Amino acid sequence: MLDSSTLARAQSAGQSREEQPLANEQSTSAVADDEARAAGPRISISVDETRKSRTLKVKAAVENLNFYYGQHRALKNLSIPIADKQVTALIGPSGCGKSTFLRCFNRMHDLQPGTRYEGSITLYPDNLNLVGPGIDPIEVRMRIGMVFQKPNPFPKSIFENVAYGLRLRGVRNRATLAEEVEKALRGAALWDEVKDRLQDSALALSGGQMQRLCIARALATKPEILLFDEPTSALDPIATAKIEELISTLRDQVTVLIVTHNMQQAARVSDYTAFMYLGEIIEFDEAAKIFTNPSKKATEDYITGRYG
Amino acid sequence: MSGTSMTAPYLDPKHVREGLSRRKLLDQVFVIVGLIVMLACLAILAVLFIDLVIDGSERFSWDFFTNFASRRAERAGILAAWVGTSLIMIVTALCAVPVGVAAAIYLEEYAPKNWFTAIIEINVTNLAGVPSIVYGLLALGLFVYQFNLGQSIAAAGLTLALLILPIVIVATREAIRAVPNAIREAAYGLGATRWEVTKDHVLPYSTGGILTGMILGLSRAIGETAPIITIGALSFIAFLPESPFKSEFPFISFGWLDDPFTAMPIQMFNWVSRPDPAFQANAAAAGAILLGMTLLMNGVAIWIRYRFRKKINW
Ligand SMILES: Nc1ncnc2c1ncn2[C@@H]1O[C@H](COP(=O)(O)OP(=O)(O)O)[C@@H](O)[C@H]1O
Ligand SMILES: [Mg+2]
Repeated sequence: MLDSSTLARAQSAGQSREEQPLANEQSTSAVADDEARAAGPRISISVDETRKSRTLKVKAAVENLNFYYGQHRALKNLSIPIADKQVTALIGPSGCGKSTFLRCFNRMHDLQPGTRYEGSITLYPDNLNLVGPGIDPIEVRMRIGMVFQKPNPFPKSIFENVAYGLRLRGVRNRATLAEEVEKALRGAALWDEVKDRLQDSALALSGGQMQRLCIARALATKPEILLFDEPTSALDPIATAKIEELISTLRDQVTVLIVTHNMQQAARVSDYTAFMYLGEIIEFDEAAKIFTNPSKKATEDYITGRYG
Repeated sequence: MSGTSMTAPYLDPKHVREGLSRRKLLDQVFVIVGLIVMLACLAILAVLFIDLVIDGSERFSWDFFTNFASRRAERAGILAAWVGTSLIMIVTALCAVPVGVAAAIYLEEYAPKNWFTAIIEINVTNLAGVPSIVYGLLALGLFVYQFNLGQSIAAAGLTLALLILPIVIVATREAIRAVPNAIREAAYGLGATRWEVTKDHVLPYSTGGILTGMILGLSRAIGETAPIITIGALSFIAFLPESPFKSEFPFISFGWLDDPFTAMPIQMFNWVSRPDPAFQANAAAAGAILLGMTLLMNGVAIWIRYRFRKKINW
């Protein structure tokens, strides 16, 4: 089983490298430093049935994360690594804290008064604690994108929806905007459907198209991690299949963290899966392992449908 | 008797059918009562309007709009009154709308939800119910004497702005609240600041509701008489305020803000209280025009709301 000990080992390895005697020249030492940091912690994954494993970079490490809505402690001592350019799924019964956990990554909770984080979510390779007091939540949201449960396009044109994130980042050049919008729409497998009506209202799209537009909107800003909160729960099966396929292809460009209450979906799209229950992570492992041979009784009960 | 039946008596089909027809009858009764009440309201308004038009019919002419008040009824017109009313409405709109919209944005998007803002909210709603003459007294003390604005268009515009401020605030808040939170989350999620969310999304999507509130507020203000009598509107004026437009640079002037004024309802009030019955026709004609202006503004409000509804439906 994978857990934070794997992560800790990987981290201490990284640290010891940093503690190596410094080179004479300032510049080389900086390079070595950068390399060490870029290496960051690692996580292993089996690539086939023979469980031959390969190691992957960690994009973010959650360590002893606690989250409070006022007095209510909604997340309890969560610790998992999020593998770089992989899909990590969060599953668990309704109300177990999946959305709450997901929204810690882009500091969405800061919009609500009385919420509080403890512990850390370290973003690599920058070694940046996303929930630390020193970092501006808006900076976090500029680096970590989110797609919501219900498609929520702006009542503007399709083009403006995708361009909005870039406009927020100060992009004014029309050619750049057009180019990036096209790239994002292609990335979200929507370009062919909308290329002739970019100026039409986004509200005229179907539910599935709207959700892919929201994915394009997030992709346009080149996020380091893309968060999905039950992105298909408001969609029909065909639209759902398209989004799932899309998420599988996204792993080439971005680290994906997805909440779903649909276990088949988690099994289909994810590389790693965390099972949550009552605000805790009961089990975290490779998706293949979780869905075929979970090590905890509660996980097994849940994935076999013995629990709601 | 359905002795063999195991079902409860209230599920018996015959009972269900009887109950249903009784419930449907009640439904019909409500439709009819509602229709009668609504038609009665419309009829009263129509009778009022038609009566004014008939009584004032002999005065409707171009001269009526271009003549100043006069001692002779057939030569008296509403020039000073409609110009005064228009200028006052401009001042009112320019003061009430920015302040009201800003207050509403602050209350909805920025203010923390605590006892202090709760008290502010309750007070804003209560302000809408304060009798207009009280605003007149406040304005007399504050604008006319304290701020030394005198009995001017500026003082009248500010007074009416104060009067409709709660209407603008309440309407704007409702419009802002109608913007789904999911839209705000989408924008915040892309890294927008609170101000960017407000200016790029919340305000544009609630413009319809805000404009509607503004026009409804102005159509309330346009007929207000008590507060502007209190601050001392003149009822007999034979000159116009200074023109806001100039032939030389900078082409606009604000001298008119200081000028004394009269307004439509004041002119009407003046004519109604004359003993000479010939003036009653003037009053009726002015009343019909004022009512027409109000109805027109309401019509515009409805049209705006319809247009924006069609463009944005969540
Ligand atoms: N905005 C909120 N304020 C207070 N408590 C909340 C809020 N959102 C969620 N909770 C509580 O936190 C717990 C986890 O909720 P959530 O993360 O939405 O669960 P899930 O997404 O797994 O269904 C629940 O007990 C819920 O009642
Ligand atoms: Mg949820």
